[in-house]
Amino acid sequence: MKSVYAIADTIVSPLGFSTAANVAALRKNQTGITKVVDTSIHEHPFFGALIEKTALNAARKGIIEGDQYTKLEQMLLLAIAQLNREQAALDIQKCGVIISTTKGNIDTLRGTATEKSYLTSIAHTIQDFFKLPTLPVIISNACISGGLAIAVAKRMMQAGRYEDMIVVGGDLLSEFTLSGFFSFQAVSDAPCKPFCKHRTGISLGEAAAALWLSSRESLVSENTAVRITGEASINDANHISGPSRTGEGLYRSITNALQEAGVTPDQIDYISSHGTATPYNDEMEAIAFNRIGLQNVPVNSLKGYYGHTLGASALLETILAKQCLLNNEVYASLGFEELGVTPPIAILKENKEIPVQRVLKTASGFGGCNVALILEKGLA
Amino acid sequence: MAELQLELKEKIIEQLSLEDVEVSEIGDNDPLFGDGLGLDSIDALELIVMLEKDYGIKLKDPKEGKLIFESIGVMAAYIEKNRTK
Amino acid sequence: MEDHYKITSFCSIRDQTVYKDGEEYYTNTEAATVKDFAKGVYKHLALNYAKFYKMDDLCKLSFLASEVLSQGIEFPEDTALVLANHASSLDTDRKYQESITNREEYYPSPALFVYTLPNIVIGELSIRYQLKSEGVFFVSESFDADFILQYASILLETQKASQVICGWVDLDSHKYDVFLALISKTGNREANAAELNTIYSKL
Repeated sequence: MKSVYAIADTIVSPLGFSTAANVAALRKNQTGITKVVDTSIHEHPFFGALIEKTALNAARKGIIEGDQYTKLEQMLLLAIAQLNREQAALDIQKCGVIISTTKGNIDTLRGTATEKSYLTSIAHTIQDFFKLPTLPVIISNACISGGLAIAVAKRMMQAGRYEDMIVVGGDLLSEFTLSGFFSFQAVSDAPCKPFCKHRTGISLGEAAAALWLSSRESLVSENTAVRITGEASINDANHISGPSRTGEGLYRSITNALQEAGVTPDQIDYISSHGTATPYNDEMEAIAFNRIGLQNVPVNSLKGYYGHTLGASALLETILAKQCLLNNEVYASLGFEELGVTPPIAILKENKEIPVQRVLKTASGFGGCNVALILEKGLA
Repeated sequence: MAELQLELKEKIIEQLSLEDVEVSEIGDNDPLFGDGLGLDSIDALELIVMLEKDYGIKLKDPKEGKLIFESIGVMAAYIEKNRTK
Repeated sequence: MEDHYKITSFCSIRDQTVYKDGEEYYTNTEAATVKDFAKGVYKHLALNYAKFYKMDDLCKLSFLASEVLSQGIEFPEDTALVLANHASSLDTDRKYQESITNREEYYPSPALFVYTLPNIVIGELSIRYQLKSEGVFFVSESFDADFILQYASILLETQKASQVICGWVDLDSHKYDVFLALISKTGNREANAAELNTIYSKL
């Protein structure tokens, strides 16, 4: 089976408009979550991670001009455009493109009906902007969309459909999703605290990210290569919103991904978990990790830095996991004070420099979906 | 009280989409969750919205719901005592 | 697709009519709403599944198509679900948006919010048939038999699934187009894109 390499990437988030800027912020344990006062999103102040429009406008100047694009489209176009500008070897017209988003331009649903509310409008915007020969594929699979899009891209590349693919993902912090999570009594009244005893729910965030995947080994060297060696996405078949109490779908996803990668749990050096900071999600993840024997592997959730960025989250967290592999460093699980899940897991309380050869990235979401990805450093 | 209990049964059937259930099938003291009507966590959240929307009761702690939504009888007594509309 | 895979059975729901393997199975042109029509099919199938009534219309139609598809067939646990549509969950998104549009009457409904994701269809079918399996929801302009079947074949050939239920489940303001096909090793129709397209479009 062909190897699939993660070649290059970019992140557009409240912490910066490049992967490097985001890594620099994580090293300083900076968070993008602030107290937001914006009545167009919510009547009362709330904690969330918003991208400032002025900063976004400055970042896109000279790259994405004009007012015809929605905020989300600006974020997504900027992510791809940066990747395209920085990577001379990338021929975007030859890439398969997958878009991951849960709600797209959902903010356009307020007021008069518009074509922009359809997710396919984003695919058309990206196709037109980069003059792509075909319409990008969209994956809308709740909170695992970004991770599942990577898995689907890998599968398509290994089947020989493309040599190069771009996965681009993004979602907004919108009134629509925030009100929904409030109705689920699932929004934290402080910046979210994944796996902590004092966690009360999620903080929402917004971000976009783009990742270039290729099966061309000539693009990488032993020191720069990061491969996706295993992946799986198994449903809980239990409940449409509540996580499985046994973590069954996540357990099976991780088990299958490890098997495909040909590694055992003790060969995993770091877990980038989903860690939304809702009581049930974090408990479920801890149960699944324990069932597999991963309870002693350093683990964090990056939701304390970005909030939950929905369709972007697993993609942006995979990009950062790649940086952890290349830099042999892992970041503190921001917001964590005291273990608040029943089975013990090894939460990272501070940044650490440790050898990182293999990473497990996981995500879970509404609809009972789960995804697990194994990333490994070095050439095949 | 009997009137409120009947009203609650009708509302629950309507709002929680229990189309095959008749008002007469719900006893005042039957458990609503678990084996009773088989309601689940989303139904509990929907009942919290109903308390606020129709009776002006805002639960401070969603966990309170567990006790309040035990049965139609318990719910009616709680609403009677705390309603603001 | 390796030629040993077949289109085992298929079901379409269009214009208030349910078709099983291309033959009319149930019709009710009197039904005023999608909800009423779906309830009629549910009663016709004599099902006893209380969760059905809680589903949004997209899930109801998809569920009913899967019920017809499953007649006489036991889906193995690793039957993957590969679904696509155009309008995502917009039909329910619009209803949910109504519940938050007016700040004076601001009561977002959790029961509606949970259905504002298209992959909830996959969740509902997984629960119904206990499929602890691969699933993905794609959004595209129209049914792309070639793409869907290529992806299904990857899952089958890499042994990530032993069978695949694939199809197009679209609902947009009362207009719907639901089509599910089971791809497995049994059946008379070859599982190729031309065949899948033919059975999708001929009704």
